[in-house]
Amino acid sequence: MILDFIIGIISAGIPLAAPLLLAGLGEMFNQRAGVFNLGVEGIMLMGAFVGFLVVLIVGSPILGLLAAIAVGALMGLLMAVVSVKFKAQQGISGIGLFMLGWGLSGTLFRVYIGGVTSITGIKPFSFPLLGKIPVIGEIFFQNNILVYIAFLLVPISWYVLNKTAWGLKVRAVGTNPQAADTLGIKVERIRFQCIILGSMMAGLAGAYLTIAQTHIFADNITAGRGFIAVALVYFGRWKPVGIMWGTLLFSLAHALQRSIQVYGINFPYEIAIIIPYLLVIVVLALSYKSQLLGPVALGKPFIRGSRE
Amino acid sequence: MKKKLYSEAIYRLLIIVIAVFSALFVGAILLLIAKANPLTAYYVMFTEPLSGKFGLTEILVRAAPLMLVGLGIAISFRSGILNIGGEGQILIGAVFGAFIALTFPDLPPYILLPLVFIASFIGGAIWGGIAGWMKAYLSVNEILSTIMLNYIAFQVYMFLIRGPMIDPKEVAYGTGVPQTALLSKNAWLVRIIPASRLHAGIIIAVVLAILVYIFLWKTTIGYKLRAAGAEAKAAKYIGVNVKNYLVLAMLLSGGFAGMAGAIEVCGVHHRALESISAGYGFSGIVVALFGGLHPLGIIPASAVFGLLIVGADMMQRSVTVPASIILAIQGLIILAIVSSQIFFSNIGLKEKIMIKLKLMKSGDKDDT
Repeated sequence: MILDFIIGIISAGIPLAAPLLLAGLGEMFNQRAGVFNLGVEGIMLMGAFVGFLVVLIVGSPILGLLAAIAVGALMGLLMAVVSVKFKAQQGISGIGLFMLGWGLSGTLFRVYIGGVTSITGIKPFSFPLLGKIPVIGEIFFQNNILVYIAFLLVPISWYVLNKTAWGLKVRAVGTNPQAADTLGIKVERIRFQCIILGSMMAGLAGAYLTIAQTHIFADNITAGRGFIAVALVYFGRWKPVGIMWGTLLFSLAHALQRSIQVYGINFPYEIAIIIPYLLVIVVLALSYKSQLLGPVALGKPFIRGSRE
Repeated sequence: MKKKLYSEAIYRLLIIVIAVFSALFVGAILLLIAKANPLTAYYVMFTEPLSGKFGLTEILVRAAPLMLVGLGIAISFRSGILNIGGEGQILIGAVFGAFIALTFPDLPPYILLPLVFIASFIGGAIWGGIAGWMKAYLSVNEILSTIMLNYIAFQVYMFLIRGPMIDPKEVAYGTGVPQTALLSKNAWLVRIIPASRLHAGIIIAVVLAILVYIFLWKTTIGYKLRAAGAEAKAAKYIGVNVKNYLVLAMLLSGGFAGMAGAIEVCGVHHRALESISAGYGFSGIVVALFGGLHPLGIIPASAVFGLLIVGADMMQRSVTVPASIILAIQGLIILAIVSSQIFFSNIGLKEKIMIKLKLMKSGDKDDT
């Protein structure tokens, strides 16, 4: 009974980690290049809506995901223009982007869809043979394809960031943009690329929620996951593997909170819902020392010729 | 010299106007995507609220909480800490205030109302202070912590008004709408224009705005707060305990948002109910930025955004565009305003533009 409960939580938790992981790795690229993109939540909402709408009309989950990635790129471009070209204060511009995505997705949902509709979307599948292994099969081999993609992106992101010339430029731009500039690295171009890449991943993360997880769209469906993903980048110390552990911790807490509701354990559900949010605050408080390890130029707009 | 100040003012105004127009232009594209005619939609939004007593009074009804939240946000931004938690602070303030009003229904209004406002202030201050303390002593990013506290506040608030504080009538009739009982009339703010919802809250808000101005610009504590925000290192050098001032800024900032909760409870709904914060926590950020983070700028700014919010409601009825589009437009306005700052901070760029506009030249001529 207890064992079933634990297996249930783990196997429910892993797919819940995928959207956080996609958005978190995307935000990592932003922050490693020195840009704090708080608009992830708004981008995820737009990705969730656009992906859902495309699947509803065309019926193809692949096209839905691509559309969400495209809308993410578009919002990323806006964020990049505002925070890199116009050198705006990044915390506030992120909130602007969040309100834009939230308001627009809610509005377009009411205009184009209106009520509760569901789509088929992407379903989990069981690996032949592997999926039938007791316990392990249930936990690892019965998920939807995007879960595997999200986890595969962990080593890929690590490789790109640490072993490629582009990754080196990203890290240089986020650590010492002045020095990078004197070496002929185009600081603004790298930052544009990182913001747009990160935003595309955020768009995909949003679409995951509607196309692969819930199969419906509702106003504010992300419920703070975009902000949580940003917090997990701090927790993961700007490293892909660290971020992955963070998302797993989180999604397991989330799964635990759900099973508290499902099993009808006598506990006010509003209090259960706050567990993940409380956990973010605790995690941020515990990882405060790690901020010293963060990208040095994080949040500072690059101004050529300035000494800071 | 006067001419120079004058051309400076024109320059500022010009930049702000261009910023807002570009936000509205992108907003027009969004309206097109939402299957609405942008011209009619904007026309309704900006003019209909001004065309009658109902609209005009409603603008001020919305302006009161916006002003309070905006003031709080200005205090925090000026002190170098970004409070995004207005939404949660309003809720906690509202529930603290409602609790006092429901517990002491028979106190005379001149005692009960101040008590309710103090309780709301304390509630909001606690909620903001948590984030301030964690920023100061654990370097927890305040934007993330205040956002998380918003989600937590909403759940705590809903738990309270659905559970322990629910209106006994809702239980008796089995309707179960999550809201508290109606407050006794002693806790109602006076309606200042008959047959409208306009209540004394707007007067309280304006008085508080003036007090915040005096506090920030005419007192030592206010000066130190702004110093801590403008240049933390320098402030430390002149002996300002920057950490304590961060906490103080968040206590005040949260407290003002909390009082916005009291204004809604005592002035508009006369009870605490689900949608009490109505997005004021986020709109307050736009108001504060639009008002130049200055209390005397926030007074007119809150009227402008009161107009936009009432206008959006009217637009929903007559042009059938969901009122939530206003949230997106406010987001665009934030993006435009923070983008426009470069035209003030980058002096080279500024001079280039001013010369092109011949503002500087005419100013210089008069100087010599």
